[in-house]
Amino acid sequence: MTRRLYIKRDLPFELYEVNVLEANDDDLVRISEEMGLALSLEEMRAIKLYFSKKGRNPTDVELQAIGQTWSEHCYHKTFKGIITLPDGRVISSLFKTFIAGATYELSKPWCISVFEDNAGIIHFEHDYGIAVKVETHNHPSAIDPFGGAATGIGGVIRDILGVWADPIACMDVLGFGPLDYDYSNLPPGIKHPKYIFRGVVAGIGHYGNNMGIPTVNGAIYFDESYVGNVVVYCGCVGILPISKYIKRARAGDYLVLVGGRTGRDGIHGVTFASLELTEKSEEVSRPAVQIPNPIEEEKLRRAIIAVRDQELASSITDLGGGGLSSAVGETAYKFGCGSIVELDKVPLKYPDIAPWEIYISESQERMLLTVPENNVDRVLEVFWEEDVEATPIGRLTEDKTLKIYYRGYVVAELDIAFLFSPPVVRRSAEIIKPKFNEPCFKEPSNLTEDLLKILSSPNIASKEAIVRTYDHEVKGNTVLKPFCGRNNGPSDAAVIKPLDKSWRGVVISCGLNPRYGKIDPYWMAASAIDEAIRNNIAVGGRRIALLDNFVWGNPEKPDRLGSLVRACMACYRFAKGFGTPFISGKDSLYNESPLGPVTPTLLITAIGISPDVRRIISMDLKEPDNLIYIVGRTYDELGGSEYYNLRGCLGKNVPKVRLREAKRNMRAVTRAIDKGCVRACHDLSEGGLATAAAEMSLAGDLGLEIWLSRVPYTGQTLRNDFILFSESNSRFLVEVPRERKEEFELMVKGTYYAPIGRVRRDKSFIVYGLNNEPIINTSVDELIEAWKRTLCRL
Amino acid sequence: MRRKEIKVCIVRVGGTNCDAETKRAFEDLGVKAFIYHINELTKRKDLLFEHQILVFPGGFSYGDHVRAGAILAKIIMTRIGKEIRAFVDEGRPILGICNGFQVLVEAGLLPGLNGISNYPEAALATNVPSGYRCMWVYLRHENNGKCVFTWLIPRGMLLRIPVAHAEGRFMLPGGREEKILASLIDNDQIVLRYCNENGEPAEGRYPANPNGSFYDIAGICDQSGTIFGLMPHPERAYYGWQLPDWTRMSKPPKYGDGKIIFESIVKYVMKKF
Repeated sequence: MTRRLYIKRDLPFELYEVNVLEANDDDLVRISEEMGLALSLEEMRAIKLYFSKKGRNPTDVELQAIGQTWSEHCYHKTFKGIITLPDGRVISSLFKTFIAGATYELSKPWCISVFEDNAGIIHFEHDYGIAVKVETHNHPSAIDPFGGAATGIGGVIRDILGVWADPIACMDVLGFGPLDYDYSNLPPGIKHPKYIFRGVVAGIGHYGNNMGIPTVNGAIYFDESYVGNVVVYCGCVGILPISKYIKRARAGDYLVLVGGRTGRDGIHGVTFASLELTEKSEEVSRPAVQIPNPIEEEKLRRAIIAVRDQELASSITDLGGGGLSSAVGETAYKFGCGSIVELDKVPLKYPDIAPWEIYISESQERMLLTVPENNVDRVLEVFWEEDVEATPIGRLTEDKTLKIYYRGYVVAELDIAFLFSPPVVRRSAEIIKPKFNEPCFKEPSNLTEDLLKILSSPNIASKEAIVRTYDHEVKGNTVLKPFCGRNNGPSDAAVIKPLDKSWRGVVISCGLNPRYGKIDPYWMAASAIDEAIRNNIAVGGRRIALLDNFVWGNPEKPDRLGSLVRACMACYRFAKGFGTPFISGKDSLYNESPLGPVTPTLLITAIGISPDVRRIISMDLKEPDNLIYIVGRTYDELGGSEYYNLRGCLGKNVPKVRLREAKRNMRAVTRAIDKGCVRACHDLSEGGLATAAAEMSLAGDLGLEIWLSRVPYTGQTLRNDFILFSESNSRFLVEVPRERKEEFELMVKGTYYAPIGRVRRDKSFIVYGLNNEPIINTSVDELIEAWKRTLCRL
Repeated sequence: MRRKEIKVCIVRVGGTNCDAETKRAFEDLGVKAFIYHINELTKRKDLLFEHQILVFPGGFSYGDHVRAGAILAKIIMTRIGKEIRAFVDEGRPILGICNGFQVLVEAGLLPGLNGISNYPEAALATNVPSGYRCMWVYLRHENNGKCVFTWLIPRGMLLRIPVAHAEGRFMLPGGREEKILASLIDNDQIVLRYCNENGEPAEGRYPANPNGSFYDIAGICDQSGTIFGLMPHPERAYYGWQLPDWTRMSKPPKYGDGKIIFESIVKYVMKKF
């Protein structure tokens, strides 16, 4: 070695100059790896070129700042990059083309801020807006399940605070490996699903409960591919007066760092999230996981809302991935300024942290405000009164450079423009259509056992034991809770009444169908959208906005990218088709472990409005002798279904979404609910008609009878089990009082609907097959037993 | 005293999180409620006496470190202990909900076997079965009229109110439980007990008794009846639409069972002051 790559500067603190000017390609790659930058050779070359023009080498602070800003996590290179498809078509940005594309073409006047800020904002009522954000925190949760999940919630709450909104509800959707996974199959470095599960659930509850934000909606999904890649989606909804949504920072404003102190926790979190997990992740990336302190954030929330109400600050953003580096850089960039930062002003947890570590640390519970000079003292006072530290650490400047000082020395000087123009990523996608077949087996003569087994399967079984460890009622505004009825049935959506003086509600629901993605990611995405929307519709929600959260494998591998492209295409088509714009989203790529890639998983969150929460509908059966209608057509679509899964098969006929039919069904259900002729409504999803009917019955503690011969069915194979367990989208079960029959039918005219049964006086649950003989004959108590036994003691 | 003259002081610190809905419940009854940070009450010692009712709401004060409520209890008794004692002596009522109940016990204000104690005389220990749980429970009103927070509630009446905590198991000192219990009963300090839907005692059995509390105790008052602590959250059962099953009812009630507790104390203050 003749060239020295790292040259220690002769200063009273630790600062290295990195010799990129003399580095060859191999050296550049080495630097990226050794410094944990996760940058490609092309990106390293761009850095070398930039500094060649400046005629000097970068410092470690500069390289780290660039590494953070250009990371997949912060910059979303894949979604913004150029992708070549196998047929030669070129997509210049997945994000702009498909996700934002749908939103801009729909151009809904109630979308106030989309894709621009920390969270999407839609109009609610009068001066109020609703802010929503969903994040993923998979990588940290794989290493430290409790801390990873807790800081996931903490981070997404700060996103909501970052648009001046007051958090009113949290959501969490989790994906784990099977809890009974064989220990001997676990590769080194991967923790057992049960360990991860317990830690994640405890972490989510800890943060939300301590902060006093109700956790109201979510899902838990088990899949073999999640053994090596745990999936943790954390969401938060907030409310804000739109007139207080102030983002107008100017040169001269002070940068005020508020909240917790900065330490070595969370170094390289974002670059860590932009790499695959390996056996060494635990050892190498342990510092990447942050430490949660919800009480600090609770105090922070109070102070921030006070600053907002007095309009003392000119902008706000959270410190999440990339720490100060991202927050300062993005603030300067957004307002067309430069900035100076004095790193030695940052309050530290302990001394002797290198400047670059201070700058990129992801220590939690911190936010960055910009404050006009005249207001600085008052802002500091507000935080002081809440026992929260607040420190001016720099200012925005006229010149468009980022200048960082440490103990009087300049340790970084970068052009903001350069920092935000990384080389465009070019990737190629490959679209593989796997060959699947429909399984071939005889129709069982009695389906009672199958139904009970499906109710007990982990993905359908009651999650009550878990969800009750989250406070879903704090703030006292949860109008429709996660559970309803007499036996805690699963609500389709949660409803929050955020304003004391208004009956208007926020309806929160989600859709997730990872198993369909194994057959076709396009229909998986379409189904997730349909499911999220119909869950919202089922309780009476409308004017729906969507959030997309992708969890995918390594996008540098063409097949993973191909499936991502397919899912994005579906997002565009169905968001536009349903008239439901995306308002925010996030992608987590590189979810790969020694066990392979994650099953492509798209979470769709739907946020609707209820004009009057007194009219919302829960899914539990209400009264004996009421009629049960099905709205929507059932197809031979058991690909990826729970029923096939029970038999160890995947199948081929994945549920599709027929836009015109779907929209007609949804409009009809909304009309019927508004007319007041609906007593209960439940969407049909995993486990199909049989499961939905059983859930309604057990929730209401009332028996039910269903006649399959009356179900509108379109399929080549006419079989009881297919009608019962097909998972066709866009369907609803509706309970209607007899005397409202005509009225209801008028409301749903034009859809495929039929009265298929009635609520019984006793507790028998009976399904009559196509030949009008009972094929399921059981009782509500047995349904409850089956549904609750799987996850009751954990 | 007229209703609109009544002022309620709701105390908060880092980690308090049920202050807003508690304020809302009081204000719905036409009284004025204010939320103060403990720093403010420390700074202005006379502030407390502008109020007739003092409330410690739910939450996780100071992260529930050490033991739930322990730190806030010490801070209060150190910083404004004198004022609190005077407040109690004047017969002004104090309410502790959930974390607030934990605070009152840790501060020695409850059960108050011989007046205010310098050390905790009871504990709200970790739940059995263990873990945080958010669920609706049934409570039986057992007080004979001493507790000023429940005097409007007929004895034996059932209330349905949710709990949400990990540390709510009411315990008395080992070996002396029965003796102390007898004195609590004699002094009419037992206020609310967990029971099943039909009003039968839970007898320690989960889920009717959600945390394993001794003698199914959900709420107690001091010997004067003016200090009351309970684990369930009446402010979350204040309105009818907060009920877990209001969607089943053809005509949901306007209010839930929590209201009568707030109503009782307001009416008491109107009468007394």
